[in-house]
Amino acid sequence: MPATFTRTPAEIDRKDTGIGGKPPVDRRPTGGGGGGDDNWDNHPRGRRGPRELLTRYRLGLFFALAGDLMFFIALVSAFFVRQNAGHFDPRDNYVSDWHPLAVPPILWINTAILLLSSLSIEVARQHLFHEVDVMEEWLGLGRPAVRRASPWLIATAILGALFLAGQWIAWQQLSSQGLFFATNQNSHFFYLITATHGIHLILGIIALTIALCALFLLRRVEMRQIVVDCTAWYWHTMGLFWIFLFVLLTCFQ
Amino acid sequence: MSLEVQTQTAPRRWLFTTDHRSIGIAYLLLSLVAVAVGTVLSIFMRIHIIAPDLKLPFWGVVPPEGYLALVTMHGTLMVFFVLTTGPVNGLASLVLPAQIGARQMALPLLNAIGLWLTALSLAVLLSAFFVPGGAPISGWTNYPPLSALAAAGPGQATGMDLWLVSIGIFCFASILNAINQLTTMISKRCAGMTWMRLPLTVWAWLVTAILILFAFSILLAAVVMLLSDRHLATSFFVPPGEVINGALLAPHANGSPMLWLHLFWFFGHPEVYIAILPAMGLTSSLLANFTRRPVLGYRFMVATTMAIGFFGLLVWGHHMFVSGMNPYAGTAFALTTMAIAVPSSGKVLGWLGQLLLGRNSRVHPLPTPMLFTLGFLSFFIAGGLTGPILAQPVLDAYLHNTYFVVAHFHLVMAMAGVFSLFAAVYYWFPLMTGRLMNETLGKWHFWLSLIGAYATFLPMHLAGLAGQPRHYAQLTGSTSSLGSLLPLQTGITHSALFLATAQLLFLINLAWSARRGRLAGTNPWQATTLEWMPDKAGMRVFRGPYEYRFRTNLVDFVPQCAEEPEQE
Repeated sequence: MPATFTRTPAEIDRKDTGIGGKPPVDRRPTGGGGGGDDNWDNHPRGRRGPRELLTRYRLGLFFALAGDLMFFIALVSAFFVRQNAGHFDPRDNYVSDWHPLAVPPILWINTAILLLSSLSIEVARQHLFHEVDVMEEWLGLGRPAVRRASPWLIATAILGALFLAGQWIAWQQLSSQGLFFATNQNSHFFYLITATHGIHLILGIIALTIALCALFLLRRVEMRQIVVDCTAWYWHTMGLFWIFLFVLLTCFQ
Repeated sequence: MSLEVQTQTAPRRWLFTTDHRSIGIAYLLLSLVAVAVGTVLSIFMRIHIIAPDLKLPFWGVVPPEGYLALVTMHGTLMVFFVLTTGPVNGLASLVLPAQIGARQMALPLLNAIGLWLTALSLAVLLSAFFVPGGAPISGWTNYPPLSALAAAGPGQATGMDLWLVSIGIFCFASILNAINQLTTMISKRCAGMTWMRLPLTVWAWLVTAILILFAFSILLAAVVMLLSDRHLATSFFVPPGEVINGALLAPHANGSPMLWLHLFWFFGHPEVYIAILPAMGLTSSLLANFTRRPVLGYRFMVATTMAIGFFGLLVWGHHMFVSGMNPYAGTAFALTTMAIAVPSSGKVLGWLGQLLLGRNSRVHPLPTPMLFTLGFLSFFIAGGLTGPILAQPVLDAYLHNTYFVVAHFHLVMAMAGVFSLFAAVYYWFPLMTGRLMNETLGKWHFWLSLIGAYATFLPMHLAGLAGQPRHYAQLTGSTSSLGSLLPLQTGITHSALFLATAQLLFLINLAWSARRGRLAGTNPWQATTLEWMPDKAGMRVFRGPYEYRFRTNLVDFVPQCAEEPEQE
């Protein structure tokens, strides 16, 4: 087929959301373009709701987080299997190599910091969906939503970095007590769980940095919303995972 | 094809394409490479087992551990890069968006990233042949402590690391693909494509994608733990008192290999259904297409697909009956395993009923894709019948790790899966090249493969009943108790050579038909599903997926997107 650079109707159709299209604040129940409402006569023919892209990226992110949840469930179930893997020796004594480990108290502070960061990113997310500001951005009258959201994103990134620093200090404290990754079963799990969760948070901070740059670089209001929204949901989920893992490490030793 | 692909220059178009069809074709080519390498390895194994002293090309005389390396790499290639990559990623990328009336995956870039990660993973795996010590030798299941200690064997140092890295990348790529497919199926269905109007292939991919999210995430966690056992001196899986070459291992080793078994088989058994569910969906679709009848019990087929997916997550323990597991747990796993036979037989009965009802309306003569679908059905029944036998802990105590198991899973998973993959390639070849594959060559390929496959894998049941264990490099040597099985194994080797040679017909057919095959036109099989309809924006669906001879006085078939006759 000859190479052609003319815009076909199809391409224009795809780009009509965002600037020049419908404002991205539509709250119709059919905005998702699929899912709940199966009566297709309620759907406008030939176009989709303005939130179609947002729903799609959110869906993708939620499935990714579901897979991630399974990853942590595998680690946690291994934790419980090892905890109960004691045995009876020939003299009928119960032998277990499970030595409960007292978690460093700094983890409480870290948890509080992570909860605060979840709060701050939620504020940023809300700003990007604040209807008046978004309409203003969509009409091209400045970028009030970006201006209001970006300090909160920066605050989240700083709090996330503080959390990671706190985790590092906790590791330092444990290793000063002579507990390293390779010391015993319990320290295996403590380090493995905190390290994998820490890697997820590093990815989250990278995502925050990208979102911050994207806020200023992306031209379409809708895409800015998507970037911040997905980063926020990821961050919230990591906070939630941490609470479960923290409860596990503190109370189920 | 999407517009952006057409406007790009040729090399870029192939390297960095996000077009779902090109990516699907690339996936299928990737699994073609893997299946070719895997087949050559299996031929080496077959030759070695009857003639241990023969010099093989590229390899020389295979030492016993070399035989184990062949077993490991053959299994890994076939399970991951053929039976998962082909039907799940390849075929889904090729037709899934088209079948739901979308022109692209929901996240096209992610689809391309998944492809490149899979290719990288295959390259890392194959590179294990060329490192010092060679490929790993602990089987595709890689049980610790053999897989956890570099000193345990020649391939267990760098080779084993490469295996773990490769499978880690593969897990990640598969999870990305599953995310993409689920998002596509939920958010990109065209107007009118309700859940109950989805083709059964799409239902199968939906359940498969959910299983992948469950299973591969668990495997990824297990791989991370095994890597940390190997390099960070932990001992999740290394048991105490392990002695290698007379040297006792570090005293803090106090893990449990059972933990790996649980994690691995929680992945490993759903993996079987990940490989076979797309084949089942395809079988329903093709039987409807070629018997020219609606699918018998569409809702029933959807329900059994979901039931198989659900039970598939609950049966992993039947791989561990002889591992010292609690006997009560064994009973529970035996029950769930036999329960999964119920939806599976339901499906088989549905397909047989479809064939019976469609015996007069079917296409004459049966085209090659239909023959391969019937081949799938035959292997699925023949291999499936031994499933409930192995599901019983008492019988498994005898049959575990014998050739009986090898015969079972090669029939029910490998041959059934590969035949269905062949059916898919013959059926959807026009979507890839615009041409049909040669029917004469295709029929020869089918009959020779069918005979070769049965001649190879049926006798293995006998070897298993006679007690021959898997993974034994040779039958003769210091002990002679298995020497009497040599004639049987010689016959199997000859059948395997015959089977492998017959596949050359397929390669010739592919190469010839891609250039010279008969032009297919728009809808060569007169199918109703959307992948055969011309691409257009604003596709709208008015009916279910399999309306063949739905109204007796009207046309033979009604495509999903055809308007109501009254309105025309």
